Amino acid sequence: MALAVQLLWPDSGKHPPADKPYCAYALGICLVFFLLRPLIFLGRAETLARLREKDLFTAAAFLLLALLDIGTAKATVLPTLFFPTPDRVLSVLAEDFRYLIIDCLGSSAKLLLAGFFSGALAGLATGIFIGFSKNAAYWLNPLIKFLGPIPPTAWIPIVLVAFPTTWTGAVFLIALSVWFPTSVMTSSGILNVQNAYFEVSSTLGARRVYQVFMVGIPAAMPLIFTGLFSGACASFLTLMTAEMIGVKNGIGWYIHWQRQMLSYANVYAGLIVIAITFYSLITLFFRVRDRVLVWQKGMIKW
Amino acid sequence: MTQESQAPPEAGGPASPAAGPAAGGGAPPAGAGPPIPAAGAGAGSGAIEIRGASKSFPHPDGSEVPALSRVNLSVGAGEFITLIGPSGCGKSTLLRLIAGLERATSGSLFLDGRPIEGPGAERGLVFQNPYLFPWLNIHGNVAFGIKARRRWREEKGLVGQYLELVGLGRFGKVFPHHLSGGMAQRASLARALINRPLVLLLDEPLGALDAFTRMNMQDEILRIREEKRVTMIMVTHDVDEAIYLSDRIVVMTAGPGRVETVIPVPFARPRARNIPDFLRLRGKILEILNFAGRLEEPAYQI
Repeated sequence: MALAVQLLWPDSGKHPPADKPYCAYALGICLVFFLLRPLIFLGRAETLARLREKDLFTAAAFLLLALLDIGTAKATVLPTLFFPTPDRVLSVLAEDFRYLIIDCLGSSAKLLLAGFFSGALAGLATGIFIGFSKNAAYWLNPLIKFLGPIPPTAWIPIVLVAFPTTWTGAVFLIALSVWFPTSVMTSSGILNVQNAYFEVSSTLGARRVYQVFMVGIPAAMPLIFTGLFSGACASFLTLMTAEMIGVKNGIGWYIHWQRQMLSYANVYAGLIVIAITFYSLITLFFRVRDRVLVWQKGMIKW
Repeated sequence: MTQESQAPPEAGGPASPAAGPAAGGGAPPAGAGPPIPAAGAGAGSGAIEIRGASKSFPHPDGSEVPALSRVNLSVGAGEFITLIGPSGCGKSTLLRLIAGLERATSGSLFLDGRPIEGPGAERGLVFQNPYLFPWLNIHGNVAFGIKARRRWREEKGLVGQYLELVGLGRFGKVFPHHLSGGMAQRASLARALINRPLVLLLDEPLGALDAFTRMNMQDEILRIREEKRVTMIMVTHDVDEAIYLSDRIVVMTAGPGRVETVIPVPFARPRARNIPDFLRLRGKILEILNFAGRLEEPAYQI
């Protein structure tokens, strides 16, 4: 139906046309996919059934797309500057693909991963120290409580002068935003481990260091993952801000730049790329978590 | 192995019974036969000697709350002892002292002549709650002691063996939350036994199980003891269980916890639960417990 709207309703002519009718292409591909779906999943009834459950939602999504199409390209009730046609957004995605994905996204990914992993490692180390050593708790806890709640982006003025390059500064900011929730959750996870587990392990001949790594940390894993998750969300935020303010590259910077150029089609394209990327990262994160915490979920079949 | 010659169970009756007020009333049937043949003369390790052990805990208001007062007790190698008494009589505390999880405020405890100064793999401990490590499967749980003692390469073959011993051979890959209470308790038994402890301390290990599982497990414990020849000290609330299992029953009373009397159980194994002697002994123990309880009661009567 969305395809029909796209093809049959003539454009109002108020929007600059895209080079090719990408929206029609995309809708056509979707239509073909849905028509052929029973054939594609012929041998996999389970997958098909799972997809079928989502049909209503998919239909609603296409309806929304059609409405958007009507609102922009067809009837043009929305301001043309800020609401480009789906066609144009898709055309940016298709034509700027290399630049968007390889240059911008690649640069963002490097920054994000460097920051996330250094922050996560630092957070784990801090959390473990605080969890197991009274001395560390005494000295580090006030530091965390005092410095942690400062939004990492508030450090930007200092970071810009303190670090040799904006890139290292941005890595530091992202690391900081991951470090805080990770260390808090790790230490509280370890402090909340039932003492009985340590007692049992000590009667089984485990020494202190062995207990730290084989009892304390695994038992704290659920909370550690909670911390890493909040850290990941905070790191996305910091990444975007850092790119828009200091780092002259990356997907966040792209959006900022295109907004200044008033090419909102590119802004939307950037947003779509971000949505897909972060969605995938979070999904991956939960996959890893489910793998590690398989003992907790009770899903293992035997 | 040391020269500390403990009174072996064969030496006729409790050679070194509890000091303190040996309740005048209940003189145990003297000249009790040998409870069980100890595991050969050479294997006389696993004897526990408790001399004047007291334990008090700090109360929030700054005072000390006595939990255990001047307990003397000798447990021969390979003997099965149960500690029975009302709650608050310090039986669990006594067990924790032997396990090394608590230090005695005064007095001392010895294992084969060596003072007990902390937890160790030669004294296994099983709690009422199995406290299986939820992040390890059953195999991993049972293997924990071997790995903690850095003996994995030499002893990994034992894991399967001990899983078989407790009848969980097929459940190695299962995570603890899938096990029933009885199975979990077997697994924790295997986990404690795989270190081949000289003494196995059981803190109401069957307290949380239903009556049938409980009786099965009692037989299981006896079978394992036959096979492994390990000294067992068990805390229980259940008089029947105490009589069914043990060579001697240590009756404790509260306020502060102390040993009231030590009663040998002269019956040969396997024991029947319904013979008159059994019931008579049962009545006597209940009487002692009651009598001990009534000491504090008059305040409420009249």
